[in-house]
Amino acid sequence: MSKLVIIGNGVTGATLAKRVRELDSEKEIVLISNESPYFFSRPALMYIYMGHMTEKQTRPFEDHKWDDWKISRLQTMINSIDYNKKHCLTDTGEKISYDELVIASGSKPNKFGWPGQDLEAVQGLYSLQDLYSMEKWSSTTKRAVIVGGGLIGVEMAEMFLTRGIEVTFLVREKEFWNTILPVGESRMVAKHMAEHHVDLRPQTELKEIHSDENGRVGSITTSTGEKIDCEFVGLTAGVSPNIDAFKDSDLNCDRGVLIDRQLQTNIENVYAAGDCAQFTEPYEGRRPIEQVWYTGKNQAMILAEIICKGDVHNYIPGIWFNSAKFFDIEYQTYGTVMGKLPEGEDTLFWQDKNGKRSFRVNYLKGSKTITGFNFMGIRGRHLICEQWLSENKTVEYVLTNLGALNFDPEFYTLFESSVINEYNTINPESKVSLKTKKGLFSKLFRTLEEVK
Amino acid sequence: MLIEPMHTASTAPDLNATQKLALSVHGSGWLLLIASAYSALKNQALMMLILSVILIVAGAVIYIWKTEMSRPEGVANHHIWRSSLTNGNALCYLIAFALTSFYVFYYWSYDMFGFEVFEPLYRLLDPLSYALRGEATKHWFFYGTLYTFAILITGFRVLLKYRHNRYQVIRTGSVMFFQTIFAWLIPALLVLFKQPEKYLNYSWPLSYKDLWPQNFMELWHSDTKLGLVLALYGLAFTFILTPILTYYFGKRWYCSWVCGCGGLANTLGDPWRQLSDKSEKAWKIEKVTIYSVLGFVIISTLLLWVSWKFSIMTGFSSGLSKSYGFLIGLVFSGAIGVGFYPIFGTRVWCRFGCPQAAILGMLQRVFSRFRITTNGSQCISCGNCSTYCEMGIDVRSYAQKGENINRASCVGCGICANVCPRGVLSLENGPMTTKYNSELKFIGDMKSK
Repeated sequence: MSKLVIIGNGVTGATLAKRVRELDSEKEIVLISNESPYFFSRPALMYIYMGHMTEKQTRPFEDHKWDDWKISRLQTMINSIDYNKKHCLTDTGEKISYDELVIASGSKPNKFGWPGQDLEAVQGLYSLQDLYSMEKWSSTTKRAVIVGGGLIGVEMAEMFLTRGIEVTFLVREKEFWNTILPVGESRMVAKHMAEHHVDLRPQTELKEIHSDENGRVGSITTSTGEKIDCEFVGLTAGVSPNIDAFKDSDLNCDRGVLIDRQLQTNIENVYAAGDCAQFTEPYEGRRPIEQVWYTGKNQAMILAEIICKGDVHNYIPGIWFNSAKFFDIEYQTYGTVMGKLPEGEDTLFWQDKNGKRSFRVNYLKGSKTITGFNFMGIRGRHLICEQWLSENKTVEYVLTNLGALNFDPEFYTLFESSVINEYNTINPESKVSLKTKKGLFSKLFRTLEEVK
Repeated sequence: MLIEPMHTASTAPDLNATQKLALSVHGSGWLLLIASAYSALKNQALMMLILSVILIVAGAVIYIWKTEMSRPEGVANHHIWRSSLTNGNALCYLIAFALTSFYVFYYWSYDMFGFEVFEPLYRLLDPLSYALRGEATKHWFFYGTLYTFAILITGFRVLLKYRHNRYQVIRTGSVMFFQTIFAWLIPALLVLFKQPEKYLNYSWPLSYKDLWPQNFMELWHSDTKLGLVLALYGLAFTFILTPILTYYFGKRWYCSWVCGCGGLANTLGDPWRQLSDKSEKAWKIEKVTIYSVLGFVIISTLLLWVSWKFSIMTGFSSGLSKSYGFLIGLVFSGAIGVGFYPIFGTRVWCRFGCPQAAILGMLQRVFSRFRITTNGSQCISCGNCSTYCEMGIDVRSYAQKGENINRASCVGCGICANVCPRGVLSLENGPMTTKYNSELKFIGDMKSK
């Protein structure tokens, strides 16, 4: 009976453990974490703070399941690994032996060497401990400054505002999150944040964090020279792999632990997956490190098969998608839509009058083959988006069948005909009209099958 | 252990002056109503009734408006688990005690004390009862009026709370309509015009007496032709309308759009919907209790007919049906079903007891186009859907696998889809062939095969 040790019980580690147990009822499985004894949903941390859920409710499985599945969980910190003797060394000096080892240690918030970045009440938001720390400082915080315009920054702003704490949000770019969001969507988010009374400061960076008399942050200075009094600084300028314990060893690392397409590191029987893993050969159009919930989950599912059944197949990332929520505006993206439109592509962008909903489809000039979708305040249907992108449908096919993409609740105002009007206005030579009305994708599948 | 407890103190923002004033006006309306009923003011019943209702309504409307409209529209669940009013702790027990006490006094004060403690309030309602029904306030008219009033006032709150979600707005409007018109106004007018009284949004088995031989035959053979129509209406409701509408729309057409019990749960009970138990153990208990009640109502009804037809076991049959009426009709659906909203969540009765829900649920599970679709792999397992499911369904356990949700208990309230931050869930009606999609367990999985 071999022993699988997994470092990290985030979505990657926990999914892996569960899936391995489904495939192999005998293998000994040890899940190690110094964060939480139970797997919880990291994206749900904000809901604990805002009082939408309790910490226990963020756990995707009932606590007793882990015992039912015979997955042992260890609450400890791994300091180093001896790959020759095949054991991990904990911070208390305990040795944990393994036959197969998986590193799924996740991320940590980036710190860019700002003066004062280690003061009290200066932190990111990644772990459960970060959340407790935020909670601890909240009652004595009047204003919080958030640095770095990404998804976690918006979450933090939303969290603080529920406690009546004022938020100043420093963003390096001219437009919010413009590396990812095209200007249209970016401005919708900025406008919406203003409605929620976020003091957004574009093209402003953090220069220095100043201490109060107790070693806690008391104010900051921005790149524009302004001094802002605050009792909390949120550092949300991205995350990077949490692999300090493994870096100076035989294990090949770059920014993350380097892996091949079977998630294998340079050492036999040692694998890495999720946020902390970096593909030596990145996939086309994809980043070498992807810190997203579902990529960790997908990698874990494949890795379980690789570990239990041997060389089965490579990890295939599939068509990129992601989603987020900016206060009340939901965002979904499928395929490749970036802040800047690539040469050779056109875009169709429709936005409703009050700036709460928008739809974008990007497509190649000439062939009109679609390359990606963005939805704001509208829910898109994942399987259809994926299918159309993989089948290289044209923008006109998409618009004709736009109803099949609509995943909004019943009775919501339909957006399809407005989008088509927009397209027909821009392209007067090609009159598109709506064929597929909103409804189950199955209708579409059925008609496709009939055509075949 | 590295886990530290969260600070549990309530951090809900303080009420502003307008909200405080509105609450005081609302409260003083109730005080005035009670004081008038139990003092010499009762001689001015009409005036005192109008005055106190104006205060109650005005206070509530202003408070609700100020509270809900002061924030941008969207999901508004801030502080729910941090406030003792809504997190199932101390104040919730106090509210549950008060609600249950109301039912105990309403049902049994005559047996306990020899008089009905709410009798003076009936007298205060007399002007209304005479106007609508042409008679003095009866026991059930008092309750029905209070019930409808509660649905309308708290329904107003729900309309504003979910104003961003048109499904919720229309659905709430529907339960307010059916309660007011079908369960309150039409029955009253039937009485006024000397017709048999019937609540048009209920039928057997929830309205279990409808098919008791004595009640049914009385209606069937009543002097007016309308009695026969109403008897047929009741039969058609249960045996024709229910299967057809459930096939097309799922259980929700009734439980979340028409039913008065569901109506109260989704209006008055809305602040406590999250308190339902999501464990697998609770699911097991639910299956035992709800189908037991269904069996109980079917057996007791059938036995009554056997006794009626063949004049055998009459004592046993009537005893059994009476105990059903007491245990299930009064204690379970009323005192526990509503009284325990703030402890077990708002659908205690619907989930663990209602025989109508049991039938609708079985139809929904095997013979309905309804399902909650899971949107590919967008789920982040956050658990908002499970937390806010009033029926205690662990929605997340399906969503995170990419599976559609097809559960007998789902009443289709649509809140899981509303609170989902990633657009994962959608209530849909579609071909039976796509109802279950378990083969699409995982996008990554699917692609690699």
